[in-house]
Amino acid sequence: MSGKAAGKVTGLQISPWNLILLLPLLMLVTPWFNFDKPRVLGLPFFYWYQFLFVFVGVVSVAVVYVMTKGKPVVTGKPDRLAAEELDEGEK
Amino acid sequence: MALAQAPGSGLQWVELSVFVLLFLVVSVMGFVASRWRAAASLDHLDEWGLGGRKFGSWITWFLVGGDLYTAYTFVAVPALVFGAGALGFYALPYTVILYPIVFLPALRMWSVSRSRGYVTPADFVRGRYGSPTLALLIAITGIVATMPYIALQLVGLEAVLRTMGLNGGGIAGHLPLLIAFLVLALYTYQSGLRAPALIAFVKDGLIYIVILVAVFYLPSKLGGWSHIFDTSAQALSQPNPNTGKPKGSILLTGTNQLQYITLALGSALALFLYPHSLTGVLASRGRNVIKRNMIALPAYSLLLGLLALLGYVALTAGVKPITNAATGNADSNTVVPVLFDTQFPSWFAGIAFAAIGVGALVPAAIMSIAAANLWTRNIYKEYLKRDATPSQEAKQAKIASLVVKFGAVAFILFIDPQFSIDLQLIGGVLILQTLPAVAIALYTRWFHRLGLIAGWAVGMAWGIAMLYSIPNPNTKRAHFGGSALPLKDLSIFGWHPFPGSMVQIYPGFVALIANLVVAVIVTVIARSLKIFNGTDDTEGTDYHADEHDKDLRPIGAAH
Repeated sequence: MSGKAAGKVTGLQISPWNLILLLPLLMLVTPWFNFDKPRVLGLPFFYWYQFLFVFVGVVSVAVVYVMTKGKPVVTGKPDRLAAEELDEGEK
Repeated sequence: MALAQAPGSGLQWVELSVFVLLFLVVSVMGFVASRWRAAASLDHLDEWGLGGRKFGSWITWFLVGGDLYTAYTFVAVPALVFGAGALGFYALPYTVILYPIVFLPALRMWSVSRSRGYVTPADFVRGRYGSPTLALLIAITGIVATMPYIALQLVGLEAVLRTMGLNGGGIAGHLPLLIAFLVLALYTYQSGLRAPALIAFVKDGLIYIVILVAVFYLPSKLGGWSHIFDTSAQALSQPNPNTGKPKGSILLTGTNQLQYITLALGSALALFLYPHSLTGVLASRGRNVIKRNMIALPAYSLLLGLLALLGYVALTAGVKPITNAATGNADSNTVVPVLFDTQFPSWFAGIAFAAIGVGALVPAAIMSIAAANLWTRNIYKEYLKRDATPSQEAKQAKIASLVVKFGAVAFILFIDPQFSIDLQLIGGVLILQTLPAVAIALYTRWFHRLGLIAGWAVGMAWGIAMLYSIPNPNTKRAHFGGSALPLKDLSIFGWHPFPGSMVQIYPGFVALIANLVVAVIVTVIARSLKIFNGTDDTEGTDYHADEHDKDLRPIGAAH
């Protein structure tokens, strides 16, 4: 179908910041935290460590969101568009 | 405080009154929702099935949250912790890694669906590969995997009703459930996705109050978390009379670590392939709404983790699951309701039960809408009535949503609920097999459609075969007994790569790997034979469309 404005983003846009999304996957390495001690507020390490990872997950996604927001994601090519009109543009 | 009678043996009037009152409030909201932010007409799938594709951050948060964290999660995850210990906690890592994994693909899916007017994942596959067959397979997988999921919401709702004393045998025992579901069916019919979206606010408000009270009040009453973990470790180390081995432990054992990892990862990959979770994403207004939600949604994960710990609280409190009068078996899903019933004042237990009950209705509504959309777009319009107008589509979806819901009720009525849990288990394995055609296709069209079909078939067949081979020593059933496959039983045409290994793995994950391997092999062959790979309707720019693009397709447009 035609009718799309010319010069728009297409294909795969890779930002190195996206790699931060892999960080929370470290949570899957169970031998690192499958212990009872030390306990915090009575919770064994196994449990509070994983609760902590909820925040790692939130921060990772938030960092990627903030760092890729409103930036031209195409590099190496002439950027004819205002940044906010591009893919990750705000507004 | 705790009543003298045992939970489940007599009517709890206070709890029941509070429950019914809140249920009525929610039902009124469900009917009123059709007028909420409504367009001129609801006679279009964009409107009925996706709420006008204009939900902002807050509504999407409640809607997707209400959709993913269901009564089943709230009831069954603590029940698993109650029965097996640490393994049941897999639900926490699952919902933590979920958002980083789906963050980017969900955005592409939203954009391409918004650009092209797709309502279901099968719509996307149809557009991407020009293959009605592949789309049909995806649609059927979605419907089949969703049905038992809806049935499970009913299991959760019924666990609550039975705890309140509505524990009859036979069909009469299911009557309260039937009434609740009839009301749900009617307002979903009328209001579409707007009903669960509006009700989700109430649901989550209730659930947050109940959980926060539960995790602070109950441990202080029962001697603190440290004491709870110690007594639970003690209780779980008792040998199971059926197997002679300990029931579980508060830490992972050598044999179930891999199971924990693959179950968490497999579940995370599967979740956004379910048609209903995609419905929540597609209903949002734009990419930024989804991005903000991926940051905010883990608030529910905290809740889920805390709830899971209630399994240990129930162990410490000495909770005994209620015997389901309809089946004669102890129903482990009643663990949390019974805990609330015995530990909370009745009025608060009533609120807690309403939270779980409404928590069952919201996802059941969204799931039935998603299944109805699949039926309408990918079977009815594709095969039965090619020239259906948007209003005929909407009508068809409304009726299909009724059929789907009563199909789910029939599950509960005529099949032992334990069986529907097994079906849900299969559902997860099935939906995971759509990953190459749906998720990977968002990024590349390298896979050949024949490869995708072949991979799907192999993953499906092998996944079900593996689940079939797992016995359950507790219920003495020989097949479909769980989702933990010992590696020693892993067989590739009779070849056992890991003889003697007791390490367990999630079969869905194994089946997905087989699916991908077959898809790659068939793709390479099909490409070398230069077999036509369908036409791609989508364009590169479609995957980056956003809400303020000037050339965006109007909502509610004819296709």
